[in-house]
Amino acid sequence: MAIPRIWRQIEEKYNLVGTLCKDCKKKHFPPREVCSCGCYDLEKYRFLGKGEIVTYTVIRISSEDNEDTPFRNIPYVLAIVRLDEGPSLTAQIVQCSESELMIGKKVEMVFRKLLEKGEKGVIQYGYKFRIA
Amino acid sequence: MVGIISWGSYIPRYRIKVEEIAKAQGADAVVIKESLMISEKSFPDIDEDTATMAVEAGRITLSSSAISPEDISAIYIGSESHPYAVKPTGTIVAQALGMGNGYTCADLQFACKGGTAAIQVAYYMAKAGLNVVAGAADTAQSAPGDILEYTAAAGAAMFLVGKEKVCAEIKDTVSFSSDTPDFWRKPQKKYPSHAGSFTGEPSYFRHVMSAAKMLMKKNGTVPKDYDYAVFHQPNGKFPSRVAKKLGFTEKQISDGMLVTRIGNTYSAASLLGLCAVLDIAKPGQRILLTSYGSGAGSDSFDILITENIIAAQKSRKTTQSFIEDKVYGDYLKYLKRAVR
Ligand SMILES: [Zn+2]
Repeated sequence: MAIPRIWRQIEEKYNLVGTLCKDCKKKHFPPREVCSCGCYDLEKYRFLGKGEIVTYTVIRISSEDNEDTPFRNIPYVLAIVRLDEGPSLTAQIVQCSESELMIGKKVEMVFRKLLEKGEKGVIQYGYKFRIA
Repeated sequence: MVGIISWGSYIPRYRIKVEEIAKAQGADAVVIKESLMISEKSFPDIDEDTATMAVEAGRITLSSSAISPEDISAIYIGSESHPYAVKPTGTIVAQALGMGNGYTCADLQFACKGGTAAIQVAYYMAKAGLNVVAGAADTAQSAPGDILEYTAAAGAAMFLVGKEKVCAEIKDTVSFSSDTPDFWRKPQKKYPSHAGSFTGEPSYFRHVMSAAKMLMKKNGTVPKDYDYAVFHQPNGKFPSRVAKKLGFTEKQISDGMLVTRIGNTYSAASLLGLCAVLDIAKPGQRILLTSYGSGAGSDSFDILITENIIAAQKSRKTTQSFIEDKVYGDYLKYLKRAVR
């Protein structure tokens, strides 16, 4: 990932900052330029970072094939999390045993290292989730 | 009145028992446990570092305070495991805490006392009317096979220091420093080096005792004037012995003594002990806090709990809850996640 892109995503990744449509009040994550209702009048909205697991999968085989090295060990858990305010996102669920995982389980945002561009590269930080 | 407005701690969930490390080192766990007075230590997950732990502790600190993050003028984090040699930890943490752009920042390093040095800077800035975030975080590194491997742990403690709604007044702080080469790490080296038993008498004991005595002499106090005493805790033995030498009882130090259950969290060690005490302290109680950083120096603080502590303690995630929420890992898991 290019440095300018990492930099542009800081608000979104660090604090779950998305957008709120001033017209229909719909909230989006990731942030959008235009709402599904056609409105362009959007403002920044910071999600609280609470939600629940919609579905999840345990990744057991690595498929890393680029220069961005993610900070995770196999096996790790990827889940679709529905935020309390509406939108869903894909995120890693950290430090949970497989027996703790369940659809509908409440989760909360944590701040973790996401990836680095090789040993010399910059570190990208951002949200992951843990069982609440 | 200047002091602590809010506080927050963070300890990673993983623990490894002394027995597991002793097995890997081919040592006798019973002997190690007795000499270090420690049963297990925390270690970070692969995606945790000083910045992420400082953010977790900082979020607890700020969410429990009425002060807006944008009204905070500075952030100082002490650590000996800043993620970058060049590029501040503080800006990453400030961004994640929503402090906007109107703040000043620099990272601090003074072995295990970078965090208390940060609180001192915050204390003097707070006297000028500013709100400052200060604290410590460390993912302590130790070479596999080194005696440090039994204790080097991970954790963070963050504080909001200012003048409004102070829960714990910082009445005074003094320091005792000298050029003492007991423990160091050069820039390109992964693991620290240490001078073995030299880290004891001329280093830890001389500095901690001198700073604590200096503080009490200056303020006309004696050990029995304090309800709690918290000392830097590289193992269980040193703080117990220093407390005894100074005239403090086991009862005064027990609530702030976390090393036996989480290991030595380096620059966060004495400050996590302070957090554990702030979680339970009552108005009017008095705390003596003394850190130690190799190289070497000790900062000592005279802290008085105010009425505001009662409201501040409500619904805050406590240090004790982090200590109790744990998952054990074996040596292989520890190596894969915590040793870099
Ligand atoms: Zn809309």
